[in-house]
Amino acid sequence: DAIPGLKTSPFSTTDALTSWGDVTSYNNYYEFGTDKSDPAQNAGAFKARPWSITVAGECEAPGTIDLEDLLKPVALEERIYRMRCVEAWSMVIPWDGISLAEVLKRFKPTSKAKYVRFVGLKDADRMPGQRWPVLDWPYQEGLRIDEAMHPLAFLAVGVYSRWLPNQNGAPLRLVVPWKYGFKGIKGIVRIEFTEKQPPTSWNDSAPDEYGFFANVNPAVDHPRWSQASERRIASDRSVFNARIATLPFNGYAEQVASLYSGMDLSRFY
Amino acid sequence: MNATATKRWDRIAWSKWLLFPAALLPALLLLQGALQNTLGADPVKALTHATGLWALRFLLLSLAMTPFRLWTGWTGFIRYRRMLGLYAFFYACLHLLVYLVLDLGTYWADLLTDIQKRPYMTVGFGAWLIMLPLAITSTRGMIRRMGRHWQRLHRLVYVAGILAALHFLWLVKADLREPGIYAGILAVLLLARLWPKRRARGTGPVGAATTSRK
Repeated sequence: DAIPGLKTSPFSTTDALTSWGDVTSYNNYYEFGTDKSDPAQNAGAFKARPWSITVAGECEAPGTIDLEDLLKPVALEERIYRMRCVEAWSMVIPWDGISLAEVLKRFKPTSKAKYVRFVGLKDADRMPGQRWPVLDWPYQEGLRIDEAMHPLAFLAVGVYSRWLPNQNGAPLRLVVPWKYGFKGIKGIVRIEFTEKQPPTSWNDSAPDEYGFFANVNPAVDHPRWSQASERRIASDRSVFNARIATLPFNGYAEQVASLYSGMDLSRFY
Repeated sequence: MNATATKRWDRIAWSKWLLFPAALLPALLLLQGALQNTLGADPVKALTHATGLWALRFLLLSLAMTPFRLWTGWTGFIRYRRMLGLYAFFYACLHLLVYLVLDLGTYWADLLTDIQKRPYMTVGFGAWLIMLPLAITSTRGMIRRMGRHWQRLHRLVYVAGILAALHFLWLVKADLREPGIYAGILAVLLLARLWPKRRARGTGPVGAATTSRK
């Protein structure tokens, strides 16, 4: 069933969309297995409703809120974003959801809130991939508060005008289009305002390969592969589709580069 | 057909004529998938992964023939060894070509940086480079001409195997289970060669060990 009343957004790209089939059957969600076809195959039985999110830490209005209540006061909008995976492939995905800043402001973060920490669901009975210690479960992510408050940062509850399929992070996931895809934590159950930089899953797992910031950057290679170009997942599925150049901040430099002015991005990768 | 040719024909077991197309089948299926765009969301990645996997599988199979002979006592395994090894090289060439032409494409110059800067690429390319002279010297004539040097050269296949397994282990992001299985099989196949040698020392020479050990 389609999500009603979606607004369009000036932030949407006009790049050709990756097909619904590829978006929903080819992705990383290690909670359901490490192969890119595993999430679609193993997440079918997952129950994503009812769902509640706990908001805690440095804010005036902490608490646990039901997802329905979180969404009630807002009009959902569509954001067509480029998604660049750290593995050097990319998609163009029409997400549906709400601006992250809009949600965060409701909990009234204090001046001590320098970072936002996100925690995914930990439940090995419902997420079979968590039976293996591939990562230190639960999945965790984090943003600096100014990144989290940036209008491009987005909480998705749907894709292609439909409620998120389980394999794409139902019922609630983060989308930060200028960062590598792994920043987009799925199945969020907890949001916490913190004073210190929170630990993040991939950074914990391999700190020399995955940084806290994880901004898309063609000039800073992953130690094991180049980040200068990417394979765009295209609907014709042809082996002759050529690589395309990766853009700084995944093409969103104009909007977000100022967040990092004065920072050495090869050090804070 | 003259006498020599008939003799040679006899030597080539009919089973090899089954093995040849069977070993070619994965390549044909991949070619079909590539032409019909049925290799999935990221077809170039799928093609790279599959050709690499088949190269490793055939390399392990060729390395399995000697242990199989030792374990079963049937010397017939050895006659498949060269074909399996050549297929390993064939799939390794496809793997390299797919990466270079279809994946990198106009970014092909990145290969030089990749090989230089990235250890998993260095070892992968190293494995291919080692297999190259082994494939070239795999003919009957070369075996005859090189004599005992041939065997010494072809022991490099162990190094190629180790580099190939390492290449696979090194490229995954976090889940080492699948490459771990291949590395485990390789370890068993290599260790299997050490064990009977020690035993043979006590009980006298194992038949044909000097000519078929590889």
